[in-house]
Amino acid sequence: MTEPTTMKRQPTDWKSPDMVQRIKRRYAAERRFKAMGMVAILISVAFLAFLLISMASNGARGFMRTDVRLPIDFPASTLMVDPASFKGSSDDVDQLLAGLDFEGPVAAAAEQAYGAEGGALLADSAWLIVRDAIKADPTLLTRKAELWVPASSDVDIAYKGEGEKPMRDRVAAMKQAGQVTSGFNLGFLTGADATDPTIVGIWGAFKGSLLTMIVTLLFAFPVGVFSAIYLEEYAPRNRWTDLIEVSINNLAAVPSIIFGLLGLAVFLGLFPTLRSAPIIGGMTLALMTMPVIVIAGRNAIKAVPPSIRDAALGIGASPVQVVFHHVLPLALPGILTGTIIGMARALGETAPLLMVGMRAFISAPPASFTEPATVLPVQIFLWSDEVSRGFVEKTSAAIIVLLVFLLAMNGLAIYLRNRFETRW
Amino acid sequence: MKRAISAISAMAAVLALSACGESGSGGGARDSIRAVGSSTVLPFAKAVADKFAQKNPNFKAPIIESQGTGGGFKLFCSGVGVAHPDVANASRRIKQSELDECLKNGVKDIVEIQIGIDGIVLAQAKDGMPINLTEADIYKALAKTPYGQPNTAKTWKDVNPALPAIAINVYGPPSSSGTRDAFAELILEKGCDADPAMKALKDSDKDKHKDICTSVREDGAYVEAGENDNLIVQKLAANPNAVGIFGYSFLEENGDKVRGVPVQGVSPTYASISDFSYPGARPLFIYVKKAHLTAVPGIKEFLAEFASAWGPDGYLAKHGMIAAPEDVRTKNADIVANMTLLDPASIN
Repeated sequence: MTEPTTMKRQPTDWKSPDMVQRIKRRYAAERRFKAMGMVAILISVAFLAFLLISMASNGARGFMRTDVRLPIDFPASTLMVDPASFKGSSDDVDQLLAGLDFEGPVAAAAEQAYGAEGGALLADSAWLIVRDAIKADPTLLTRKAELWVPASSDVDIAYKGEGEKPMRDRVAAMKQAGQVTSGFNLGFLTGADATDPTIVGIWGAFKGSLLTMIVTLLFAFPVGVFSAIYLEEYAPRNRWTDLIEVSINNLAAVPSIIFGLLGLAVFLGLFPTLRSAPIIGGMTLALMTMPVIVIAGRNAIKAVPPSIRDAALGIGASPVQVVFHHVLPLALPGILTGTIIGMARALGETAPLLMVGMRAFISAPPASFTEPATVLPVQIFLWSDEVSRGFVEKTSAAIIVLLVFLLAMNGLAIYLRNRFETRW
Repeated sequence: MKRAISAISAMAAVLALSACGESGSGGGARDSIRAVGSSTVLPFAKAVADKFAQKNPNFKAPIIESQGTGGGFKLFCSGVGVAHPDVANASRRIKQSELDECLKNGVKDIVEIQIGIDGIVLAQAKDGMPINLTEADIYKALAKTPYGQPNTAKTWKDVNPALPAIAINVYGPPSSSGTRDAFAELILEKGCDADPAMKALKDSDKDKHKDICTSVREDGAYVEAGENDNLIVQKLAANPNAVGIFGYSFLEENGDKVRGVPVQGVSPTYASISDFSYPGARPLFIYVKKAHLTAVPGIKEFLAEFASAWGPDGYLAKHGMIAAPEDVRTKNADIVANMTLLDPASIN
């Protein structure tokens, strides 16, 4: 047996080469770890910047429209209509205008002004602008007029410095002569889907998204909040509530396409006439959002200190009073944050809505919850698949609108949390 | 007690939910036309719907959805009534099985209208080496088991010594697409039947023939590019050695980036597709339920708008559709005017 070594510890020799080496290694490890974190952040920031910059640079052009100056001599054109007949209700005028051929005279005017292929400079829908101008001011018909009408996608692309060379030169010459101009396209924010990319608008899809979100909120919020309250405040702890809890957590992780199939089978099975309607889409998304709200709600309710419940019960409040007068108001900021995050996820959802038919071509914004509609992400998906080149930048512009909508919702969530949050 | 209350409130919630839905269904009338079906016909149907809505302010704009030809017929044939679509867009004729399904569900009076022709084209980037393919070349390059043998071809030269030694790299539609079905039927099957043994097999064992002739290889030489044809165009522009398969309208729209690959010596052009000399030409159809003519306003006008637009000078040509020959157009204009019913015996 050897003698036990003396337990007395030598003071650390910080200067010994071994120790210097070890300290160096420690610092190096620290620096490496910091550098790795920094690289991770830089990579994610780079991705974000790439997304935002490419979207903004492509999408910004989607908000612009190129217009061509079109001189029309209405009395000399083949447009045979007497300005005096523009009387009566606006329906009568619509009916009268619908019976007229505008495309011929507009194409003829374009050819007169810009040569044989002048018609190709104008968008397919240019005649609609002429029609609206005449509707607004029938006296135009008695004189020569100059109207700014949307240019075709080729001209639009050439104006922005892309596309084929001959067209670019042509457009540059027209620009010199003041025959073509570009400006903010208000129609993009107020119109609905169309076949002609120069007149498409995002409002139809935006309104569809809005209506769908309202339905989702109306169904998911009460159900989610009451489930959370019941599970936290009333439910006895037993096997059944455990099972429900596990199921709800699992439900929150179910892929959204499954909810789409469920919506197709259940909701559309019950109400087949409501295909593509926001109410069906909203109900489908509510199924998806509800578990998120339950989980966020339970966490928020759990975070309310038991002392508040005890105090309220102690001075004689009933359990319902405790919940509605004390627990719920204190938990509400957390519940709302969870709700808005769930809604933001629902807003970006495409797959389940494709299943319930919200992918149709709809050229008028939905007027009610039961009218066919589409939503922003689906609209983006549909436009990305369009044949016409003009849709490329419209797709990016629509993405910007969706991102702004999402940012606004998340901003609201942060505001609500900061405004109403109580700390203990 | 608490349990009872929660049960009651749950039931109330369910009732409220169903009541809400019911009030939404609004009686059962529908005032906008509903069309479903092929994504190839979609741009043309959309253009017609747009024009129809602009010209007829008293009718509501039609709602057009695309699920593919097969999915469209499934909905179309599910029954008669406002809950079911009025029009099915199709990039091929209705199949016997689909017609049977229709008849089973009471959809009896169907009007079949050929609206025009579409071409399935093979294309490559403008700066790629020009190649000339035959149906047999394409079949040998893309089939999973050409003539029953495993496919070992790596370059086009392996398929046909006259072709350059560039790797076979083809972007095309997925198996769920009607374009893929048509590609298999119009080009692969013909290339396959170039071998007399395969032709004989068609009579003896139809299923095996179909398997050998239309299965596409899955080893990476054929890349399924999803339903997004713009993506294929982008890939072609980036890779001059690749070949893409898509509809003629995309070739026309992207003429500055890609050009058509001649098949059997015929380039895909408007003229060669319209007279069917290009092998990838196929007719496009719409199917209409005659029973809906009175129930849903505007169907007749919508069809008339279609008929006015499908000529060579009509606006559908601008969207990339190829006009049918004159006699076909006249015949179909008659069908639109008289609502002549489809003869079930003509489907085989």
